[in-house]
Amino acid sequence: MMLHITNLHASIGGTEILRGIDLDIGPGEVHAIMGPNGSGKSTLASVLSGREGYDVTGTVTYNGQNLLELDPEERAAAGVFLAFQYPVEIPGVGNLYFLRTALNSIRRSRGLDLIDVSAFLELADRAMESVEMDRSMRSRSVNEGFSGGEKKRNEILQMAVLQPTLAILDETDSGLDIDALRIVADGVNALRGPERSMLLITHYQRLLDYIVPDRVHVLAGGRIIRTGGKELAAELEATGYTDTVREYRAASGVAS
Amino acid sequence: MTTTLAHPAWLATARESATGWIARHGFPTRKHEDWKYLGLAPILDPAFRPAPNGGDHGLSAAVLGRLVPDLGGPRLVFVNGHVDAELSSAQAPPSGLTVTSVSSLLVADPARLEQLFAGVDGSHADGFAALNVALAEDGAVIDVAADTVVDQPIQLVFCTVGHDAALVSSPRSTVHVGPNSRVTIVETHIGIGDVRSCTNAVTEVNLAVGAHAAHLVVQNTPTTAFHLDALHVVQAANSTFSSQAFSLGAALARHEVRVVLAGEHAEVALAGLYLPAGDQYHDHPVLVEHVAPNCASTQRYNGVLDDRGHGVFNGRIVVHPTGAGTNASQSNRNLMLSDLAEIDTRPRLEIFADDVKCAHGATVGQLDPEAIHYLRTRGIDETTARGMLTYAFANEMVEQIELTPLREWIGQTVSARLHHAEVPA
Repeated sequence: MMLHITNLHASIGGTEILRGIDLDIGPGEVHAIMGPNGSGKSTLASVLSGREGYDVTGTVTYNGQNLLELDPEERAAAGVFLAFQYPVEIPGVGNLYFLRTALNSIRRSRGLDLIDVSAFLELADRAMESVEMDRSMRSRSVNEGFSGGEKKRNEILQMAVLQPTLAILDETDSGLDIDALRIVADGVNALRGPERSMLLITHYQRLLDYIVPDRVHVLAGGRIIRTGGKELAAELEATGYTDTVREYRAASGVAS
Repeated sequence: MTTTLAHPAWLATARESATGWIARHGFPTRKHEDWKYLGLAPILDPAFRPAPNGGDHGLSAAVLGRLVPDLGGPRLVFVNGHVDAELSSAQAPPSGLTVTSVSSLLVADPARLEQLFAGVDGSHADGFAALNVALAEDGAVIDVAADTVVDQPIQLVFCTVGHDAALVSSPRSTVHVGPNSRVTIVETHIGIGDVRSCTNAVTEVNLAVGAHAAHLVVQNTPTTAFHLDALHVVQAANSTFSSQAFSLGAALARHEVRVVLAGEHAEVALAGLYLPAGDQYHDHPVLVEHVAPNCASTQRYNGVLDDRGHGVFNGRIVVHPTGAGTNASQSNRNLMLSDLAEIDTRPRLEIFADDVKCAHGATVGQLDPEAIHYLRTRGIDETTARGMLTYAFANEMVEQIELTPLREWIGQTVSARLHHAEVPA
């Protein structure tokens, strides 16, 4: 088992947001987490990436390592990647300089040789083509002045270059028009492989028409209340979250 | 006082008058608005004495070459306030351009020197300006005739070399740019040795109608030095002037800029970067006076403050009643890397005319924690992430330098001054 989450709780400022998550993702599997706003989807992504400020209990092991004990950069070195819902603009830091620093930091942590500029540019150019990103984006500052779609494509570009073994995509479909969604989905699908697991976090089923998951989980009130195959996404799209949440409450006796 | 040359009567009179001015008015105190953050006691230490001319200062061309790049154009090197002919470049400047020293011109053409020093009229901005007149023995003289375009930058290097005594140097430089002429001047202040020194430099720039001048000043003196320099600019109609100041070194540094926009449609762009760390103090008093109508001015000053560093930005825009149609803007952004660092930022607008556009803003902040987190999730450790973001902030000013060798040198010098700066390779 690659990612193994047991009884994960997280609270911030005294408010409990995740209330006992159990989730296993095997090698090569793509899982989707769906749920209404405020269900804890983005908190789960943040906690897995190592964002500070949360009180976290439970265990998260990844390839046998206790992920919760690692700093964000150590998690990246271990192969974890988070595509942000809101990628951060970093004025003055060139996009490719940033990406080469990141790649070499990860390679250094793994005891690999550093990649030189020309080899890197070749690699980056291929990755940029795969997400249909213009070469003029090479020298622009990280995400600065990028449109919503360009920011999301830049996340996929980073994923393509850094080649993580566990990719968490937080609402990568939000704010994308249909063309941008297709480009992003193609970029993600190109990275699917037997050694790479993915966790897609989304509010809408739309993304899952393009990136077909192996498993779908419904997150509500900080818990996974239902798990099924890819057909569950279509069912949720038809019925909405309300019925699923109501049925779960009735069955489990949980008040809210 | 050591005097090496007999002064003509007009100069002797100016010096005596300046000494008298100091006796009557004294030096500024914290009660003066422009000096309120600066403790002057160490600078006014009576142990300082004027640096003598000549002697074996021990500064070789090789050592100098390691401290300042040679930009290839005309270059004057001053050691402890006195020109050094051997270290200065010997090549003849292109026609229409005179690059010489005050001490040389005093011998060669005292009448021209008197014309150029006509601004020294017995009124002084403060005690240090008066002290400069009273003590100045030397300085650069740059005289650009009408309709002359000078392609290569003119380099002025001021180097303090530590002797066993605390020395004060008072270079006074004059730049005159004739009508429709164009010139770039790069001023560098450096020092060798950890002996306490005090520099009190003044550079006067006079731009004729339609003249264009770009000015850069890099202050990278040892952190034991006291460094005061003042740039006084008067612009005629349709002239443009830009100045970028990089305040890196010194224990205590004050870089004053005063610009008078005296002719219509004159434009000035002032920028600066200061990086006080350790116990350094960097002060930037800036005054732009819109006297003529329809002139434009910008002020952009950024600071990175670390340790117990103290920065001051004191930016004034004065629009005189005659300054209708003024377009002025001012911004001051500060990045605080330490809880003990201090910044005093004071935008001051004094507007006495109608139909004026004035914008100003000041910010004080820390590195963006969201950006640090983002970089860390990509595998970059926290120290490197902070270094990348710090350098990016400072580099906004560096990347505006047009001359490539100078931009690269200043980029390296800035990153060497910043703790842990991460520079793009």
